[in-house]
Amino acid sequence: MSGRFSEIWVYLATSPLLGLTVTLVAYQAAFWLYSRLKLNPLANPVAISVALLVALLWATGTPYATYFEGAQFVHFLLGPATVALAVPLYLNLEKLRKNLVPLAGGLVAGSLAAVLSALGIGWALGASRESLLSLAPKSVTTPIAMGIAEKLGGLPSLTAVLVVATGILGAVLARGTLNLLRIEDHAVRGFAVGVAAHGIGTARAFQVSETMGAFAGLAMGLNGLLTAFLFPLLVRLWGG
Amino acid sequence: MLGALTLLLVYQLAGEAIVQLTGLPVPGPVIGMLLLFLTLLARGGAPGKLRGTSQALLSHLSLLFVPAGVGVMLHFERLGAEWLALAVTLVASTVITIGVTALVMRALQR
Repeated sequence: MSGRFSEIWVYLATSPLLGLTVTLVAYQAAFWLYSRLKLNPLANPVAISVALLVALLWATGTPYATYFEGAQFVHFLLGPATVALAVPLYLNLEKLRKNLVPLAGGLVAGSLAAVLSALGIGWALGASRESLLSLAPKSVTTPIAMGIAEKLGGLPSLTAVLVVATGILGAVLARGTLNLLRIEDHAVRGFAVGVAAHGIGTARAFQVSETMGAFAGLAMGLNGLLTAFLFPLLVRLWGG
Repeated sequence: MLGALTLLLVYQLAGEAIVQLTGLPVPGPVIGMLLLFLTLLARGGAPGKLRGTSQALLSHLSLLFVPAGVGVMLHFERLGAEWLALAVTLVASTVITIGVTALVMRALQR
């Protein structure tokens, strides 16, 4: 890097403006690529933005904490976005009432499957205790999962990474898994993606169809609530 | 837009306050979501502006995960040691969760 450019970089990197701007630019570049590739799930925009930003920070030697001073304004919106989930939840009240039994059954089964399979497989493969506690809430949306991990002695920042990775995997793997099981109903497909892969899965589902997105959003909200209330109880029972 | 955003923040703040006061093991925004949901139920409708703002916020939901995702750079060391176990767990558990949810729902729909 030439002296002049690195001077400017060092100056700008200390202001929140840079972290915020590069986040938005990276996301829009990733989203542009995703649209060009006809919304192929493999070109997940979150995965591409994260890769671009990690490469940029690494190449310029910028610490994550410096980057986060700007990016926190985006991150902060996860809180109000979680509250905002009440709105689609309310708007889908009719669908919720009509499908109460399958939705409740799918939610409880899926929520337990997510936590237990993560703990069981992770434990069998020798993951550390901290990693397991950070891994367990991986299927719920970031602010909820981070809150749960923090209260249980996991590492919230590791949980955030695992949650994002789970969301990306869910968005990528859902189509193949559901086709293999011959699940065609968009309501069921959306709900399953929402339970397993929270907001990133929901964002993907909305791009496929409105119904799929609405049910994914419903699943994300309900699974967040269920996990937030039940998970600490489960762990308390287990831990004695 | 501004009013609706303020409303969301007020509910979030109320949620955080309730969690601090009661020691509930649940994140504040979740309580905020629950309170807003109950308010909408009691009111019998969602105002158009709140709908618009929520939709705008939720339509860019995947962007909001990017800063946390970049935090992967803090965990390269742990991931270097445990990446295979974590990767296999994430892939298997995600496929299992999608499959179990969908199959249970389909079985109960009949």
